[in-house]
Amino acid sequence: MARKLLLTHIDVPGINTLEVYRQKGGYRAVEKALKSMSPDDVLEEVKKSGLRGRGGAGFPTGMKWSFLAKPEGVARYLVCNADESEPGTFKDRYLMTHIPHALIEGMIVSSYALGTATSYIYVRGEMMPQIRILEQAIAEAKNAGLLGKNILGSGYDLEIFVHPGGGAYICGEETALLESLEGKRGNPRIKPPFPAVSGLYGCPTVVNNVESIASVVPIINDGGDEYAKIGIGRSTGTKLISAGGNLRKPGVYEIELGLPVEEFIYSDEYCGGIADGKRLKAVVAGGSSVPILPANLILKTSTGESRLMSYESLAEGGFETGTMMGSGGFIAFDEDQCIVRNTYNFTRFYRHESCGQCSPCREGTGWMEKILYNIEHGQASPQDIDLLWDIQRNIEGNTICPLGDAAAWPVAAAIRHFRDEFEWHINNPQEAQTKNFGLAHYADPLAPLAE
Amino acid sequence: MAVEQLEKFTVTIDGIPVQVEPGTSILNAARQIGGDIVPPAMCYYSTLEGSGGKCRTCLVKVSKGSEKDPRPMPKLVASCRTNVMDGMEVQNITSTEVLDARKSIVEMLLINHPLDCPVCDQAGECKLQDLSYEHGVEQTRYEFERRTFERIDIGDKIQLHMNRCILCYRCVYVANQLTEGRQHGVMYRGDHAEISTFIEKAVDNDFIGNVIDVCPVGALTDKTFRFKSRVWFTKPVDAHRDCPTCSGQVTLWYKGEEVLRVTGRKDEYNEVHDFICNTCRFDKKRTSDWVLDEPTKLDKESVITANHYNTFQPIPVIKNNPELQEANEEQLARTERLK
Repeated sequence: MARKLLLTHIDVPGINTLEVYRQKGGYRAVEKALKSMSPDDVLEEVKKSGLRGRGGAGFPTGMKWSFLAKPEGVARYLVCNADESEPGTFKDRYLMTHIPHALIEGMIVSSYALGTATSYIYVRGEMMPQIRILEQAIAEAKNAGLLGKNILGSGYDLEIFVHPGGGAYICGEETALLESLEGKRGNPRIKPPFPAVSGLYGCPTVVNNVESIASVVPIINDGGDEYAKIGIGRSTGTKLISAGGNLRKPGVYEIELGLPVEEFIYSDEYCGGIADGKRLKAVVAGGSSVPILPANLILKTSTGESRLMSYESLAEGGFETGTMMGSGGFIAFDEDQCIVRNTYNFTRFYRHESCGQCSPCREGTGWMEKILYNIEHGQASPQDIDLLWDIQRNIEGNTICPLGDAAAWPVAAAIRHFRDEFEWHINNPQEAQTKNFGLAHYADPLAPLAE
Repeated sequence: MAVEQLEKFTVTIDGIPVQVEPGTSILNAARQIGGDIVPPAMCYYSTLEGSGGKCRTCLVKVSKGSEKDPRPMPKLVASCRTNVMDGMEVQNITSTEVLDARKSIVEMLLINHPLDCPVCDQAGECKLQDLSYEHGVEQTRYEFERRTFERIDIGDKIQLHMNRCILCYRCVYVANQLTEGRQHGVMYRGDHAEISTFIEKAVDNDFIGNVIDVCPVGALTDKTFRFKSRVWFTKPVDAHRDCPTCSGQVTLWYKGEEVLRVTGRKDEYNEVHDFICNTCRFDKKRTSDWVLDEPTKLDKESVITANHYNTFQPIPVIKNNPELQEANEEQLARTERLK
């Protein structure tokens, strides 16, 4: 049985209450940090742990914290990004629903390390039940003296507020989130300045994902070095994976980074294989934004090595043959799924969620959606694939925020790896309305690339 | 501090070095050099705080970050919102990557923009028209229906036609700077976003007419001027009056004896520095309301100059005013020299 750090007590009845959470060793990290460590000690442990941001970009959390500007007499803020809305990702919701105190504990320790007096949890607006759960947990922690003035007699004061999100995917982008938190329209800001210098209300701000913050708890309990022993290479610790799609046992799994993808999909400890005895066709490994890979490339890298669930291994081969860890939204497609339809569906999402500020993303996402609609509905011409390729290339890298890239990558990867299927759709418009392209050669073992 | 302010940064744009104050954007540094290497800007407006960064037409390549950190920037950057560093090297028209990106941005800006310039009131002074002429492709690859909207009246003097809007947000910044509370802004998201006012209410402010001047396209137009004349048949003359609310520094657009419209004075980048009030703009349309200064200096490329103060047909106001006549002769001589 693999080691678990975040979901160890997930099945304990009443773990959502402070009482049970403390019985199971909860809030040890707060006591340890506030009573025996300085804020810099906490930062040092997080740096040692090698923890990387769990929200998608995988930026080292310790380094992000150390960039926080600390001018005298200016407030600083920690904002937890709980605006989880990446299609295919539902790990933060799971954590907040069942073990809300893990997040609150992580928030207290992280806020202490960063020296903030006020911290916010920005929760996706659709997650009203989770907002209530977190508010309840905060109230409990406050009654127990774990929040508020002079926490555990350490002299450290902290208030945590839960803020319901504005109901847009874009509000998960950190600067749009800050705009939204300030009560404005959730448009991403132009960087620089980065939030570490000028964030919420123009003050230095750190924005971290729910899972990153919750991971600080085991790091403080066991020490950064212990945490760094788990995992592989620069992918340390455990990661929550939201497994969805055509899997026999979809759900949220905590894995040690470095687990082979094949084992994750097929072993009974995790997803238990593809549902209904079908064959695997493709996988989106890290949420809808990351490149989709066909079965042969997700199980093995282009060099023929077995692909692992780690930041490096998933990215092996760049975008030519690799993908990204992203937020851990693992979507499996079986042989009966249509990649064109799926790409259309993702693009529809990005078109709907584009904030409309900058022209390539605003106009490009709509254009791509219309072309993909035509391909899916048998009304496209062969040049449309090249046009689509051109549009995604023109969006990527030319936008204010990463939403443009996130919209472009799935389209690029689908064309790169599944061009046959797009062409079949265009050349057989009638047939494509009644049946799917099927597995084709997408699971055939690839010859390792020659050096 | 005083010593620091004196130290200037050297930045090289397309091989041309220029010394600028720290805190200057790449775009403004390029404007100090002037000429072809100035990136086009559809959304940036120097007098509107917070503007810029949105249209992406001013993207440039930073091939050397600075003297201290010579690494190039990984992506193209918006020159209007990226500040120069000492020793920075920038490529604009010398980079094919930049020109390709710009061309694609122009294509994106045009896919939902009606290409009906012949019946658009902005034609001749439209920045998008110039931009697409310079960078655009001959043919559109967009085969779908463009988004359309009904025309909206913002008060009795301003008309908003969202079909033409490229969402540069300039008018939003004007309204933000002028009015308390948000009465004028952007609703919805993505390609269904639209400029709107609070339930189509008139924005009640003495200076709201300036949204017309800042609009780079024909989305916001002056209803007192709409379809009165093509802009190249009018002759602009700078004038002023003693106005209690604004600077009173304006440009009058004449056709014959008649003042067809009044606008703020625009510089070579089409930016107004002294915003004018609604009274000057909409209500003072007689020559007797104004003290005439001189014919407006125009870019020699502008279509308006094609018919500009021709000596054989001087506009009547010039004929009767010795000072203007002199200025006209001067300007005519200058145009002759430039030919």
